[in-house]
Amino acid sequence: MSQPDHRDELNVTNPEHAEHHIVTPITYLMVFGTLLVFTGITVGAAYVDLGVFNPVIALAIACFKAVIVILFFMHVLYQSKLIKMTVAAGFFTFIVLITMTLSDYISRAWGLW
Amino acid sequence: MDNAIVATHPHTHETAVAAEHEHVVLPQHRHHFETEQQQREAGTFGMWLFLLTEIMFFGGLFFAYLLYRNWYNPAFVAGSNQLSIPLGAANTAILIGSGFFMALGVWAAEVRKRGLLVIFLIITTVLGFAFLGIKGIEYHEKWEKHHIPGANFDISEFVNPPLNPKTHKPVETPLSPDMAQKTQVFFSLYFAMTGMHALHMIIGIGLLFWLTWRAYYGDFSSGYVAPIENFGLYWHFVDIVWLFLFPLLYLINRHPGS
Repeated sequence: MSQPDHRDELNVTNPEHAEHHIVTPITYLMVFGTLLVFTGITVGAAYVDLGVFNPVIALAIACFKAVIVILFFMHVLYQSKLIKMTVAAGFFTFIVLITMTLSDYISRAWGLW
Repeated sequence: MDNAIVATHPHTHETAVAAEHEHVVLPQHRHHFETEQQQREAGTFGMWLFLLTEIMFFGGLFFAYLLYRNWYNPAFVAGSNQLSIPLGAANTAILIGSGFFMALGVWAAEVRKRGLLVIFLIITTVLGFAFLGIKGIEYHEKWEKHHIPGANFDISEFVNPPLNPKTHKPVETPLSPDMAQKTQVFFSLYFAMTGMHALHMIIGIGLLFWLTWRAYYGDFSSGYVAPIENFGLYWHFVDIVWLFLFPLLYLINRHPGS
């Protein structure tokens, strides 16, 4: 990135740049509490008959919990754009692969039923 | 050996930036990184690339679950209802707690508190063992009930479910022998997914022993937190896998009132 004639001493124009941030125990405690509460909610919701929405709600809660773990416990919220893009690109690729494989299975017996 | 280019363009750059090349103050700062921040960033980036390959690895198992669950849904319902929600929920809480103390460990390393770091790492390890212990109890129960896929797999409980003593109706919908055999698919995936998750925990606990040892000797209390931080990423990733395994294997097929 930095050329000899164009030095960026503080490295601020670099997509790898991020302020070093120490997450406090208070933040961790709040995330911990939220995770426990949502674990309770997901167990409770499993006993309520919501038809097709049971798995949808269970997965939505699991996704929410995963996102706050990634953002706070794994510090992605405080990382540089490079790390944020890397994480996002990985999950995006995963969704693409799932979609392509599922569309294969769905369309294998197309018109035969 | 000097040549014409060097003669006309002397190496002024080195002398101009010589002061900046002597900025190595910490022993962990490798010379091929310009700044410590860059070194740290490279480590985090590499760790995330590794975790993304792990997502793809577990993703294959999750996809197999998704597909077979749709094909053999009654077998998956019956198989899932064999699992204990209290044990699964307790394990979820234990693992979240373990992740919490790991996160606190990263904080303790950042603020250079050696004693706290060692304590937090030990609590993380103990909770990891607690998780594996409960998992062992659950596996043992499956062994006793012949619910481990293979030659000794017993489908009788799925074909003739036990009767509810009050209503004298089966506690589960009886399955045809053909569909009851498909519960083996559920249990195969159950053991593959939770077993692979447990293997990751065992590897993690092994690394925790090593990190606790190094932390005790003060390796991570002088501003060098990368090993703790990157191990934390791994440990939280293992947590996240369980956050999905728990609802998918234990919860999704429950029926109220049964």
